[in-house]
Amino acid sequence: MRYSGWQVLAQGILGNRGWRPAWRDPAPKDAYDIVIIGGGGHGLATAFYLASEHGLTNIAVLEKGYLGGGNVGRNTTIVRANYGLPGNSEFYSHSLKLWEGMEQALNYNVMHSQRGIINLFHSDGQRDAYARRGNAMINQGDDAILLDREGCRKLLPYLDYEQTRFPIYGGLYHPRGGTARHDAVAWGYARAADQRGIDLIQNCEVTGIDIEGGVVKGVQTTRGAIRAKKVAIVVAGRSSQVAAMAGMRLPIESHVLQAFVTEGLKPCIDHVVTYGMGHFYISQSDKGGLVFGGDLDFYPSYAARGNLPMAEHVVEAGMTLMPMIGKARMLRSWGGIMDMSPDGSPIIDKTHIDGLYLNCGWCYGGFKAVPGSGHTFAHLIATDRPHEAAARYRLDRFATGRGLMDEEGTGSQHNLH
Amino acid sequence: MQIPCPICGARDLREFTPKGHASYLDRPAEDADAQAWNDYLHLRENPAGDTRELWYHGAGCGAWLVVERNTVTHAVKGATLAREMRDAG
Repeated sequence: MRYSGWQVLAQGILGNRGWRPAWRDPAPKDAYDIVIIGGGGHGLATAFYLASEHGLTNIAVLEKGYLGGGNVGRNTTIVRANYGLPGNSEFYSHSLKLWEGMEQALNYNVMHSQRGIINLFHSDGQRDAYARRGNAMINQGDDAILLDREGCRKLLPYLDYEQTRFPIYGGLYHPRGGTARHDAVAWGYARAADQRGIDLIQNCEVTGIDIEGGVVKGVQTTRGAIRAKKVAIVVAGRSSQVAAMAGMRLPIESHVLQAFVTEGLKPCIDHVVTYGMGHFYISQSDKGGLVFGGDLDFYPSYAARGNLPMAEHVVEAGMTLMPMIGKARMLRSWGGIMDMSPDGSPIIDKTHIDGLYLNCGWCYGGFKAVPGSGHTFAHLIATDRPHEAAARYRLDRFATGRGLMDEEGTGSQHNLH
Repeated sequence: MQIPCPICGARDLREFTPKGHASYLDRPAEDADAQAWNDYLHLRENPAGDTRELWYHGAGCGAWLVVERNTVTHAVKGATLAREMRDAG
């Protein structure tokens, strides 16, 4: 069924009895051309672009839980292309362009809202850094506007501009940035992939990867063995465990990143706003909740929840920046499992095993990357050549030291990002 | 989360800084090849479950500890001075 306003009207008149499940629930076949391990945003997007861009549909996506039950449903939903280094710049620019056509391509409302992102700065040095970043964004073909204090005040009148320790000097405004309804992104890609004949198999955990003579032959799962000519690992959050089934150790540590949401409020925050002197970023969901997050807790964790010190830091930073949120009541907090790479940038590459492909290391930036990651990973799997927008996301860059993408300039080592 | 420092007793998470898996204690020899250094610096033990990690008690006694912890439940099972762990081999 093609979704449209007309369908909503027609189904409403007919008592909404005509709606059907958005995707099938197939049993796994014995063999596929391509098996994608991981039914999250990136895996589902990979499946969709393999079908839509490369005409490949004899594909299964294997998900150990339910579709979109991992990090694609646990983030702060921010979509942006404001990176500063070659490699990341062209990739996230590519991804943002795909976002802008996603709803039409998928025939699915993902509530993509380009409400603009403002990164605040609080010193002359930080202004220089953001001016440089803005120039890098413009050079990449994206949009960036350096706002002074009065420019910020017009857009964000509710901030505390007179805070004694970190007064607001201005902000870098990225108008095409914004948010999207995160679950809908997974559901939209799932539905569109399913419509093209791809099998989405849930409750199917991969327990082994079959390799003979350096060539991948298939996978073992809790629902039986599945043969495959190509296997793609795209399981950020569990990358180390799945790669270990292929005998690989990855340059990945798993960390927890916390996020928070308040009760639903009337519209008050129109943009995504980030604080420059503490770890705090905030937007308001269409449901009204203030959604905000902070930095890693900084110890390895698979718990999908964090500890109090970082929660306190985030709330303190929020209160410093916009004291008005002190009246809102916190509804929920949660954590996502971050695939942290040494330089803070992701990996999309072949492995040393023929037919085994790896997509991981999304750190705390995976949501905005969903379409770009799926699109470029599909290109790699289908053609065995990297897509030009993701050619620098090489697995061997840590060993060689060439092509590191350390946006924060803290060094290519774990525990620094 | 509290960590039982062998010198100071049980102390709050805020006093400590995590470094990473205790395999950081197994430093390659100075003349080891690039592969050994890459393994040491970049390829991580990243268990989902019980782990042994280096933590620094910066806001306490300043000791480096090996903490036994579970990454899925956040349960802390114990801590030893890293020096003793290293000397014991």
